[in-house]
This record gives sequence, C-alpha cells and structure tokens, in this order.
Amino acid sequence: MDLLSTYILHQADNALIMGHRNSEWTGHGPILEQDIALSNIALDLIGQSRNFYQLAASRLNEFAPGESVSEDDLAYLRDVNEFRNFILTEQVNGDWAKTILRQFYFSTYQFLLYKELVKSEYPEIAAICEKSIKETRYHLKWSSEWVIRLGDGTLESHTRMMEAIKLLNPWISELFIPADFEYEAAATGAGILPDGLKEEWFHQVNKVFEISTLPALTSEKKPMQILSGKKGVHSEQLGYLLAEMQFLQRAYPGSTW
Amino acid sequence: MNEEQIINILSEVKDPEIPVLTISDLGILRAVECAGDTIKIQITPTYSGCPAMEIIQEDIRTVLAKHGLDRVEIKQILSPAWTSDWMSEAGKQKLRAYGIAAPSDHACFLNGEDQPQSCPHCLSKNIEMISRFGSTACKALYRCLDCLEPFDYFKCH
Repeated sequence: MDLLSTYILHQADNALIMGHRNSEWTGHGPILEQDIALSNIALDLIGQSRNFYQLAASRLNEFAPGESVSEDDLAYLRDVNEFRNFILTEQVNGDWAKTILRQFYFSTYQFLLYKELVKSEYPEIAAICEKSIKETRYHLKWSSEWVIRLGDGTLESHTRMMEAIKLLNPWISELFIPADFEYEAAATGAGILPDGLKEEWFHQVNKVFEISTLPALTSEKKPMQILSGKKGVHSEQLGYLLAEMQFLQRAYPGSTW
Repeated sequence: MNEEQIINILSEVKDPEIPVLTISDLGILRAVECAGDTIKIQITPTYSGCPAMEIIQEDIRTVLAKHGLDRVEIKQILSPAWTSDWMSEAGKQKLRAYGIAAPSDHACFLNGEDQPQSCPHCLSKNIEMISRFGSTACKALYRCLDCLEPFDYFKCH
C-alpha cells in the first residue's frame, strides 16, 4: 500500500476506533444526557472515519484496477497489525474519568491536526477536515468541561482523574512521533508532521488542567516504546475490540442491514 | 422538465428527523442539473455521521420516480461544508413553530458561547442548557425556566 493511502487510513482508524470505544458506552452512560452525548460523539467520529475510508478505498481501487475495495472491507476485514490508530484510542474505557480524559487528549490532538489539514493540498483531505473540524471543536468543548468538572469536583472525582492521567500518560508521546507515512504526507503537501503540534497540544491541555486543579503534564522524553499503533504494533486491547466490531462481517461476509 | 421543476418536486422530500423541514429549507440540497435524460443531484450532510443521508437519498429517488423520473444520479459532497447558515429563513420559522429553537447566530467559526435566543414555546429568555447533545447530532437540549418546558435547540454549527 502506498504511504499516502496509509496516511488516510491512519486518520480513518483513529476516528473509527475512538468512535467504537465511545459507542460501548451506549446504554451504560452515568446519566441519560451523557449517554446520548457519547453516542453522538461516536456517531460523528464513525462518520468522519467513513469519509476517510471511502477516500482510501477510491485511491486503492484507482491504483489496482480490477480490485474492488470498499469502506467496509477496510473497517471490517483488516487485522490488528494492519490498523494504524494510536494506542491511546484503543485503550479500554475504564471509568468515566478515563473515557473523558482519552476523549479530551484525542480531541485536542484532532482539532490541532484538522486546523492544519483544512489547508491540505490534497483537496479531498481538506474537504473532510473542513467538514469534521466543527464537530471536533464541539467534542473538545464538551470533554474540556468534563475534565474541569471532575478535576475540580470532589475528592473522589479528582482522585479518579489522577488515576486516569497515570493510565493514559504512556500513550501521549506516540501522537507526536512522525511515522513514515507522515513524512510522505508532509513532503507532498497532503499532510503535516505531528511533532509541530506537540507544543500547542501541551499548552492547550495544561490550560484546562490548571482550571481543573490537576498537575501540569510535562513532555519529558520517554524511553523507546515497543508499541506503536502507527506501525501496527498494538496493545492487546485492540484485538478484543476488533473481535467484537468485526464479528458480523467475518462470520457472515457481505451481510447488510 | 427543467431544473426549477425538479427543485419544486424535491420540496416533497423532508428531513426524516425533523419532518417539517424540506431538504431545501435545511440547505443540504446543493445542486440540481438536468443532463439529457439524467438528473444529477448534489447533497451535503449536516454532520459527518448523519444517519439520515441514506434515507434522504432513497426519498429523493422515490419522489422523482413518482413523477416518472428514474434516471437519477445523487452525489454526496463535503465542500463547502454545510453550516447552519445554509438554513433558509423559512426553515428557521418552521423550526420554531415545531417547537425547536432555531440557530441564533452565524456559524462561521464560533468562539463565544452559542445558545438559543429564547424558548420556542413562551419566548422567555430565561433558559438554561441541560445537555450539549440532544436527540440528534444537530441539536442540544435546553429548558425554559419560566414555562418549565424542555426544548431542543438546533445548534449553530
């Protein structure tokens, strides 16, 4: 697969896996309104992933005439090591604090990324991001409010946020380490190198953490990690997610509603 | 048949989730072109994951087929992205009459707080947000502190 298609799949996979994780809350939210909120965010993200998968599929079909890849093939028939989403996105939901923090980290990143990609020289990528950025801004607002509410809430909610920070901390650095497909995307003007977003990401996160009475994050260098979602080396958690998400298409190929 | 007549016929197609709005009111019908005996239609989603898009496409085909038009190509486009500014004034009035507060401002890159101008039932400005997310992706949930009715708000987006 060419690197630019992989770049597009990376965006699609991030949105799909985040969307799927959020959809696991449907029917289990702490209160009805927030159950609906997470389900709506899931819907937005899965919609964004569909746009990216359709774009990737049309590229792949163009390069390999005779093949016919669809968005569903890309979402439902690829295996764990073919997915290019961040390790952050596949982390299990845990409690409400962890789900909120995962969304907050991801939306902060996605918002900064889309802000750059609306200027992409690849018109279809720019169009998808122009469409999506308004949704992402809203997710960011919602998750920021919850980080503040939990961080600056009760002793219990504050403790749970501290625990969530500890659990998700190891997966932040991956967001900003460029992968081969990101070098290619940046070189062709289709995308950007993510290390350029790092400073602003920490700035935005810490701004909200300060209001939330949570300790500031530091971007210290981490020892080399073996896991890298961008390289297809995932945590164990993605396998279980795919087993659930892909079951129907694998057991009953081609089935539709 | 010309484009204007087709647009007229398409005013029968409503948003399945807000059945008082036509797809023109909502601003998601972007273009209609008669190319020989084929009708080419462009529509755009309000939100990336809007589940109504497929039903709307089916409804367009059904309505046109009733008028004997079955060579129809429907294309979904993303750019320029839909914003709530594409909704017509008539559409906003229909929303209010239906009990949904209409988007109160221009959507172009909002930074401040977006909220409805008033309760669609009693017009009181004494309102509060219940939830940023409502019954569909495009709405938030509010309540009126005077008449005490909850209501949906079609967000500036």
